[in-house]
Amino acid sequence: MTLFHVLEWLIKGFVWSMVLLGGFAYLTLFERRALARIQSRIGPNRAGPWGILQPIADAVKLIFKEELTPATADKLIFLLAPIITVVPALIITAVVPWGPSLDIFGYHLDLYIADINVGVLYIMSIASIAVYGIVLAGWSSNNKYAMMGGLRSSAQMISYELALGLSFVSAILLAGSMRMLDIVNMQKSIWFVLLQPVGTCIFLIATLAEVNRAPFDMPEAEQELTAGYHTEYSGMKFALLFMAEYTKMIAISAIGATLFFGGYQGPFVDKFPWLGPIYIFIKIIILLFGMIWVRATFPRIRYDRLMAFGWKVLLPLSLAVVFITAVGIILAQHFENSLLMWIIPVASILAAGFVVAMIDRELRRKDYARR
Amino acid sequence: MRVVEPFVQMARGLWTTLRMMFDKPVTVQYPEQKKPVKPRFRGRHVLKRYENGLEKCIGCALCAAACPADAIFVESSENTDEIRYSPGERYASTYEINMLRCIYCGFCEDACPTEAIVLGDQYELSFTDRRQAIYPKEMLIESILADGQPTPQKTKPGEFTRSVPAMKDPQD
Repeated sequence: MTLFHVLEWLIKGFVWSMVLLGGFAYLTLFERRALARIQSRIGPNRAGPWGILQPIADAVKLIFKEELTPATADKLIFLLAPIITVVPALIITAVVPWGPSLDIFGYHLDLYIADINVGVLYIMSIASIAVYGIVLAGWSSNNKYAMMGGLRSSAQMISYELALGLSFVSAILLAGSMRMLDIVNMQKSIWFVLLQPVGTCIFLIATLAEVNRAPFDMPEAEQELTAGYHTEYSGMKFALLFMAEYTKMIAISAIGATLFFGGYQGPFVDKFPWLGPIYIFIKIIILLFGMIWVRATFPRIRYDRLMAFGWKVLLPLSLAVVFITAVGIILAQHFENSLLMWIIPVASILAAGFVVAMIDRELRRKDYARR
Repeated sequence: MRVVEPFVQMARGLWTTLRMMFDKPVTVQYPEQKKPVKPRFRGRHVLKRYENGLEKCIGCALCAAACPADAIFVESSENTDEIRYSPGERYASTYEINMLRCIYCGFCEDACPTEAIVLGDQYELSFTDRRQAIYPKEMLIESILADGQPTPQKTKPGEFTRSVPAMKDPQD
């Protein structure tokens, strides 16, 4: 470890943070424009050509706004909560590789910040730290709406973290490693979304709940809780909470792209390594658009149904998916026939179909009982 | 088939929103693009003139009496043949409308015996000071028509003795 390596890390960390922060700013613009187009509007187009200066205008506005602290708030925690929320959102993607190793002018450059052998575990642990900021923000505001928003958020995150973790497990099992680089390299021939479509769907649903996006945006349900946990926040502190939310969206899309959609893998990456970051960027954009699209389409679901869905449907289904994945891998290894791997998607889809049929039966039973 | 049904419906919802993305936006880009107002639109008031340039307003203050918001203030003075602003005996020497009080109900229009006050199509009213919201007569009165003379005019005696002209019923 030389000073040079430390400098390389610092530069990579700085660049990646800047990418995340710039990405956050333009994600807000992207979301507003996309939502506007879906609703037959145009969206912000006044600041600069096509509105590209809108994030800067927003930032300036938020910085110059007055910052209010409620008189009865817990001042220290009120100040710390946005920071606790934003830091995990920024550091969670440190283990995501955004390209194969490059050789530039005889210097070997790895396109990731940290290569931890338990990368997925790191992601899980950091993701669960993020909820502290939200629940502390809600509690320290000394406001009942903020408190309830924070409580809902923590309950929701704990519930959906199980399904999320189990969907990670199916990717780990398929790759045989918790290193993000190994997971990406295993997807060179086939993406895990094809081998484990149900696991990918569980991941996508659980991440929507993890980052509090519609239709699972319970913690900030406007009609019930005004603005949820950030009711009392204004100015730059509010901007930090907002930034955490959108940075988490980018982070979770990057993780999803890496675990299930082949990461930086794509055609010609072996020959031209610089294509890697472009591929992962495109995949992240598509996943982000999916989130915005879902937000524009589905209404928010009721809180008790959200919890029931998390515990009674997603958790058993993801346990079944992990079991099926493990069985499929063992069968393929035992009979040394990799075609047996295709048991996994078939059996998973059958399991998902069974679950949907059970939900349908239950709903119809309730409907009958009501009449 | 019932297992597939919820997914089909979800996909149908997603397809609807995606299709709407390629719809033409309904937004009117306001300062650059202005939609014409409807014929009976009630915008800012205009004080009309006759073709010869004389003001229609005779300072009777019926509009001020009809105004439910008490937004109009009229003060009248005597016309003479030497200094004539409007037909008949009197004219409005002061005519002020407080645009912050006005509710654009159009009662002043209905009350006016000479059709002098009309709610026009001007709707871009903004001020930075509430004193600017009081529009004096100079801002409300119509500019002089092509073959008209500016007021006050010097007229022949006995020509404009009648203050309310003979009129037809309003059309729209």
